[in-house]
Amino acid sequence: VGKSKVDDDVLDQLEEVLITSDVGVNTTLKIIERIEKRVSKDKYTSTTELNQILREEITGLLTETEHKDQNTWELPEGKKPYVIMIVGVNGVGKTTTIGKLAHKYKENGKKVIIGAADTFRAAAIDQLEIWSQRVDVPLIKQKMGSDPASVAYDTVASAQKQDTDVVIIDTAGRLHNKVNLMNELSKIKRVMQKVIPDAPHEILLILDGSTGQNAFEQAKQFTKATEITAMAITKLDGTAKGGVVIGVSDQLQVPVKYIGIGEKVEDLQIFNKTEFVDSLFS
Amino acid sequence: MFDNLSERLESSFKLLKGQGRITEVNIAETLKDVRRALLDADVNFKIAKEFTKDVKEKALGANVLNAVKPGQLMVKIVRDELAQLMGGTAEEIDLKRQPAVILMAGLQGSGKTTFSGKLAGFLKNKKSKNPLLVAGDVYRPAAIDQLKVVGEQIGAPVYTEEGNKNPVKIAKAAIKEAKTKGHDVVIVDTAGRLAVDEDMMKEISAIKDAINPHEILFVVDSMTGQDAVNTAKEFNDRLDFNGVILTKLDGDTRGGAALSIRKVVDKPIKFVGTGEKLDALDVFHPDRMADRILGM
Ligand SMILES: Nc1nc2c(ncn2[C@@H]2O[C@H](COP(=O)(O)OP(=O)(O)OP(=O)(O)O)[C@@H](O)[C@H]2O)c(=O)[nH]1
Ligand SMILES: Nc1nc2c(ncn2[C@@H]2O[C@H](COP(=O)(O)OP(=O)(O)OP(=O)(O)O)[C@@H](O)[C@H]2O)c(=O)[nH]1
Ligand SMILES: [K+]
Ligand SMILES: [Mg+2]
Ligand SMILES: [Mg+2]
Repeated sequence: VGKSKVDDDVLDQLEEVLITSDVGVNTTLKIIERIEKRVSKDKYTSTTELNQILREEITGLLTETEHKDQNTWELPEGKKPYVIMIVGVNGVGKTTTIGKLAHKYKENGKKVIIGAADTFRAAAIDQLEIWSQRVDVPLIKQKMGSDPASVAYDTVASAQKQDTDVVIIDTAGRLHNKVNLMNELSKIKRVMQKVIPDAPHEILLILDGSTGQNAFEQAKQFTKATEITAMAITKLDGTAKGGVVIGVSDQLQVPVKYIGIGEKVEDLQIFNKTEFVDSLFS
Repeated sequence: MFDNLSERLESSFKLLKGQGRITEVNIAETLKDVRRALLDADVNFKIAKEFTKDVKEKALGANVLNAVKPGQLMVKIVRDELAQLMGGTAEEIDLKRQPAVILMAGLQGSGKTTFSGKLAGFLKNKKSKNPLLVAGDVYRPAAIDQLKVVGEQIGAPVYTEEGNKNPVKIAKAAIKEAKTKGHDVVIVDTAGRLAVDEDMMKEISAIKDAINPHEILFVVDSMTGQDAVNTAKEFNDRLDFNGVILTKLDGDTRGGAALSIRKVVDKPIKFVGTGEKLDALDVFHPDRMADRILGM
């Protein structure tokens, strides 16, 4: 039997689901408002219809990616080598995501090279080197403590010489409220542009799926320093839902491109809006 | 979002002043503000609800509305309640036994390896101990190398068995080594694991059973959102840990996870991590954390 309006119980339940998925109060209110508007306009809404509307409204907040067809690992024309720079706060999964991405591109016939521009964290270079061996792609590195921008420069320059399709640059984890470290990131980006003026073509912000509302500030500050072009959410194989990306994507108009679902080389997937929104309610 | 909860509450109380005595009805709006501040700080949904209810009782009891500055009094009630929930008496790490065995546990990337190094440095420099670090993460690429670098930086030896894929055996052998070499503290680093990963959770229980640690520390990222309660509860159900380490507090997260975890497992927060460098640790201050959660 249909109802003419959404009752308070349903809204309370919805609020609980969204808040406990880290969607945040602001975005939750926005979603509820949109639903109330639609439901009072289109009278007699059944529960199934309501669920449909709900999913539509949430999906609508998630920004579209540039390439509509995300199911391929094809690269845009005229951008060779295609340069990807990986950024994010400490421990979110940057280095691991690079290993997985390199593997995907390689599997799809691309020639990949990775650059170890985290010269700071203990054994960060060794970690990336193990990944490079695991997925069998070359690594460009210097000594611990060397200038990360110089490593990035070397990597891009060497990729250009070797007819490489994809370059992926690792960077050290850094908290977004540390001005010097954020400036260093801008510098790494600028230095790569000396080799390829429109590089990096993709700046991927990695967000840990268990992060709460601080993700907003992370995304804002990394955008300020580097103009991120896409996001990846990691560790979604756990119980955390990663709902904060809905508001982040909406506010900054940056799409979510990948999800990380484990520590193995194959545990990277292309982000699927519908599945993601469904997972909030499962 | 409220940069200043105090001001926000003051203005909503101004509206209430005209209505005379504080009642269930007219306090509801200000409680909503409190609840929202908590949710913005990542305090768990259910815990924020409960907490707000407790605060309501206290506010009604204190007759907040008759105060000269009702907003300020309300904030004081909220702060005191928060600090009290997270605080109690400061608890130190148990180092009485020879050697004292400390086991690290937590999700991937939370800061276990870094904190193992920080703790070893702290015990060495501040408590004149002679710690042995143990490389018990056999999975993450270069995890052993990372701990070795960390150990070298603080000048503590690291027990490793490259090639051995059994952390239970490694940990056991390390305790033996500590005894023969006269180390009075052993700190066992472990791999990050998800609470839903049954094999990995069994593994950490097995490490616990094998080495009988005097201190199990649950290391958690202070940026964690609503999931903090699930994870803390699962790890505590398995390990009955002794304390919590809250890392990456040098960021600008409000850190509501601190309250959530404290409420759900009732274990003290023993240290906080405040940077990537190995001296960046501090004891936990409940009152500072309360201010932080409220954005003050
Ligand atoms: N379960 C799970 N673990 C992940 C995932 N992605 C990364 N990890 C783990 O998270 C931890 C941190 O990953 P890293 O790749 O080192 O993270 P990072 O961002 O490079 O860290 P820093 O360089 O120290 O800032 C490691 O233990 C990874 O195995 C994922 O999708 N799922
Ligand atoms: N800013 C800051 N960074 C920290 C802090 N503690 C750890 N880190 C950083 O967080 C990242 C992850 O730390 P690790 O010690 O490798 O974390 P882990 O829990 O051992 O990770 P896994 O072994 O992969 O599960 C590294 O980049 C550390 O430098 C802290 O208090 N502040
Ligand atoms: K984390
Ligand atoms: Mg890394
Ligand atoms: Mg570790």
